[in-house]
Amino acid sequence: MNKTVKLIAVALVIIVVAAFTVPTTNVENDGYKIGDIVEDFTLTNIDGKKVSLSDYKDELGIIVTFTCNTCPYAVMYEDRIIALDKKYTPKKYPVLAIMPNNVAVKPGDNLEAMKQRAEEKGFTFPYLIDAKQDVYPKFGATKTPHVYVLDKSESGFIVSYIGAIDDNYKDASSVTQKYVENAVDALIEGEEFSPKETKAIGCSIKK
Amino acid sequence: MLIFTLMKLKLLFVAILLIASCKNSKEEPSTVLTTQNLDKEQVVKENGIELEIYDFDGLKPLLNKKDDKVYVVNFWATWCAPCVKELPAFEELYSNYKTNKVEVLLVSLDFPHQFESKLKPFIKKRELKSKVVVLDDVDSNSWIPQISKDWSGSIPATIIYNNENRIFYEQSFTYNELEKELKNFLN
Repeated sequence: MNKTVKLIAVALVIIVVAAFTVPTTNVENDGYKIGDIVEDFTLTNIDGKKVSLSDYKDELGIIVTFTCNTCPYAVMYEDRIIALDKKYTPKKYPVLAIMPNNVAVKPGDNLEAMKQRAEEKGFTFPYLIDAKQDVYPKFGATKTPHVYVLDKSESGFIVSYIGAIDDNYKDASSVTQKYVENAVDALIEGEEFSPKETKAIGCSIKK
Repeated sequence: MLIFTLMKLKLLFVAILLIASCKNSKEEPSTVLTTQNLDKEQVVKENGIELEIYDFDGLKPLLNKKDDKVYVVNFWATWCAPCVKELPAFEELYSNYKTNKVEVLLVSLDFPHQFESKLKPFIKKRELKSKVVVLDDVDSNSWIPQISKDWSGSIPATIIYNNENRIFYEQSFTYNELEKELKNFLN
């Protein structure tokens, strides 16, 4: 009996302390970190076919890009994403684009709109929809565009780079650092590289 | 004291408006805004709306004021739907708490080519009372971690700070949520 009272008292103290502790940050992100192995996933492509990570048997890596139709930042990067795919597909690091938004919130990102956009722009890569919104949280993607460069190892695809494509969203010709290219080139050569993580402004993923 | 300061500010504002209107009649109406790295703040005056445009070094002092006020700083853009949705909460907070030494700063991340076509008309139409400034600095990888090491870069994002404490939020707010957070700073 005495023990129970003590336990309750301790629990109360913990609750009170927790309630009054001001958090220094309100950011939750339990997604993949550099070095993590990516779980397999299967999503629907704009052509209606399913695409899984495990389909990428012959590739050495994948440039996973969370993007969408409706975010101005993502739109500014479309041509650069296509260029990345064209450059790195022959080197076995193709682009895999995933649209993470809730289409009820952003109808401009629904499958039909995705198809249209991919046709207009001539996307050379799969453009998958995360319809159940259960893939992007595993990555810890928070915005579009948000890139994860994966590198294949014996145990699976390893997260090797997270962040921005380059350091100038406004003007591709003024870019001084091509972060994704830098990462993929180094992975191809088997060399170390930096930065492995970068930050950029983007549109929050609509839940 | 407060009234005196407010009066001074008003005078300053009128003076700036006068200067602005004089200048406008002489100068070309359009201002070049494509500069990649602004060394210091640019002030663009047009249609009676004054827009302060900063690179991150220019903005920094506004994020680190050391006085007795509480600062609510919101990063937003007219193209960001959840930002626009929560903006009234910040406006309401400002109108309810400005007499309690609370300042609201709306830092727009709008694109330079839309300052005239989107941002200014938006400020005018919504009659924003909070101070609006623009952060135009492409090297986001260098300044995002300086605002918060936890910021992934998605907007809306908000900082509430005073000279003792600072909390960063990568989220949207309702008025009640925002007021609740502010109250932690007002005790």
